[in-house]
Amino acid sequence: MPLPSSDSSGLPPPASRLSPPAGGSADIALRCENLHRYLGQGEGRVHVLRGVSFEARRGNVTAIVGPSGCGKSTTLYLLGLLDQPDDGSIWIRDQLMSNSSDLDRTAARGEHIGFVFQFHFLMQEFSALDNVMMPMRKLGQLTEEEMAARAASLLSDVGLGDKTHRLATQLSGGEQQRVAIARALANQPAIILADEPTGNLDAKNSGIVFDLLTRLAKENGQAVVLVTHNPDIANRCDEIKPMRDGQFVT
Amino acid sequence: MSTNLRIALRFLTARKRSMLMSLSGIVFGVGFFIVTQAQTSGFEEFFVKTILGTNGAIRIEDKIQATMFPMIATGAHFESKFEVAAAREARKYVEGVEEPDVMMDALRRFRNVSGVSIVVEGSVVADSSFKNDTAKVYGIRLDDHLAVSDLAAQVSRGSGSLENFRTTPQGVLMGQELANRLQLVVGDSLILRAGTEQRRYRLAGIYASGVRDIDRVRIFMHLGEARSLLKKTTGASFIQVALFDRNRAPQDAEQMEQVLKHGAQSWQEREVSWLEAFHALQISAALTVSTIILISGLGMFNTLAMIVIEKTKEIAILRSMGYTRQDIARIFIWLGTIVLVLGTMGGWALGASVTYGVSKYPIHLRGIFSADNFQVHWSIWHYVVGTLSAAVVVMTAAIIPARRAARLEPGDIIRGTSQ
Ligand SMILES: Nc1ncnc2c1ncn2[C@@H]1O[C@H](COP(=O)(O)OP(=O)(O)OP(=O)(O)O)[C@@H](O)[C@H]1O
Ligand SMILES: [Mg+2]
Repeated sequence: MPLPSSDSSGLPPPASRLSPPAGGSADIALRCENLHRYLGQGEGRVHVLRGVSFEARRGNVTAIVGPSGCGKSTTLYLLGLLDQPDDGSIWIRDQLMSNSSDLDRTAARGEHIGFVFQFHFLMQEFSALDNVMMPMRKLGQLTEEEMAARAASLLSDVGLGDKTHRLATQLSGGEQQRVAIARALANQPAIILADEPTGNLDAKNSGIVFDLLTRLAKENGQAVVLVTHNPDIANRCDEIKPMRDGQFVT
Repeated sequence: MSTNLRIALRFLTARKRSMLMSLSGIVFGVGFFIVTQAQTSGFEEFFVKTILGTNGAIRIEDKIQATMFPMIATGAHFESKFEVAAAREARKYVEGVEEPDVMMDALRRFRNVSGVSIVVEGSVVADSSFKNDTAKVYGIRLDDHLAVSDLAAQVSRGSGSLENFRTTPQGVLMGQELANRLQLVVGDSLILRAGTEQRRYRLAGIYASGVRDIDRVRIFMHLGEARSLLKKTTGASFIQVALFDRNRAPQDAEQMEQVLKHGAQSWQEREVSWLEAFHALQISAALTVSTIILISGLGMFNTLAMIVIEKTKEIAILRSMGYTRQDIARIFIWLGTIVLVLGTMGGWALGASVTYGVSKYPIHLRGIFSADNFQVHWSIWHYVVGTLSAAVVVMTAAIIPARRAARLEPGDIIRGTSQ
């Protein structure tokens, strides 16, 4: 567990205000300590995550690699505040989120986190453009025209500039994957979590998507965490975190 | 347009057919609700108009005998409500109104009174050259009585004319049924017998009120004639009163009883059994038709629950992008609202057009009133109540799936473990 440290009062701050250990917290976008997660009920209850600790820095691209079923997606869901750990803590930009209310976690998801699911989830009845505009609409910081322009530019960044008005159902698997990536970038989140973003893509498009994510990390100082089975992609990341049986191994 | 509404509109298209079914259910439910209410209240309204046009809003008759309880006469105060009630129970009446003209002046001083007419009533036997039959003579002052009834319209629906009656001292007005039984037409003469008295009259007009019990017995004649025929030289059998605001009749009657010391009966009290029958009919029609709304509400519930299951993935995506539980609930509430708004507007249109169509449909009704087409009453309240019942049903049907959708955990859905 992290210890209180940087409080000027000298008194231990209340548990919910625990800040991460001192030292360069400014460029740490996301941190977790000793995450545990059990899944399943009764007999089938499995200890999936066994003490995961991790931090993602701004401007850095981190790859999580490991065999199927080792807990990569589970970790990402916890970090993306879509699921709650059974034990351990998560900080988003120095704010402890693992114990906070559903409303706070939802707001943090909308503002600070862009998520790309392993199985490209798009809203079926909506066009590519609408899908990308969806998070912006919730955040409500741009006008309709600004949102549309930004969504169109993101779609052309992932190579779909000519298919902005296609319905999700009229796109191929790889195209849907790229729309999902554009959508994750929509609100310029500080943290981008991508679960096998290049899983469905050919070498060329994998390259395009990966380059885009790297460029964003460098240019905007976003922290990118991605799960991949592709060694080429992993090797081009700033950091590789191998995982086995619900733990990072070094 | 709100984002939640935008999403709801797209979700709506996901189950077009079952949504259309629920929608048409609401349209028919609200529409038929309006039509049945317009009809039942239309006939009730017509009935009320008929009784006001024949027997008036209030009838003053029978002097209250005050001598039984000297307390009342001397105006002594009552110790308790019970004593008042006891006095009322023990009340005795003396038939008729003794000083009708004094009474008339007193009645005209009530603000809500629009007309007063003295009536001298008595039983007679009417002889035509073919037949004879019993009847009731109503001695009236024509202009007074026109102010408290629809006699003018009733004569114009029959034959002859009021002018003819007015200018003929021996003239009488007879109901259509009685004239038919006696095989009399306007201009014929007839003999009326009361006790030992026997006089010849001329049929100046035939009226048709549509109320069988009136059209087969009442014969109107001039007041003076009636007094001599019936040998009632003073007094009146009753006084018929018309009001500006008919709904105040019970209160007015109550007040008249107290002030005038005569029994006063409002039309609501007089026709209570008919009015209750109309009321029961109206409520039963409302309940019957509301089942259509209820059933389409169940269909609606089913459809929305299905959409929640179908759209769990979408719900998880929305939640992952920062949409709150409340947003998710609102999307489904919007779905309900859209169906409700379209459904009630369609229902209004259907209700209004069927009501209009029905009002033109010819029927021939005689007995308690005379109607030649379906009676409808246009009231905004039928629309309001129809809409409210649809709103309650549809919103209940929407809220349950909406809450269920809002409770879904995005993590569970994405892992595929949500139930
Ligand atoms: N509902 C559940 N009940 C029990 N065990 C579960 C449940 N869901 C997932 N698991 C287990 O949790 C473990 C981790 O799953 P996770 O999806 O995180 O793996 P992963 O590393 O992402 O694998 P992949 O590379 O195949 O995507 C797996 O062993 C899986 O069997
Ligand atoms: Mg996975």
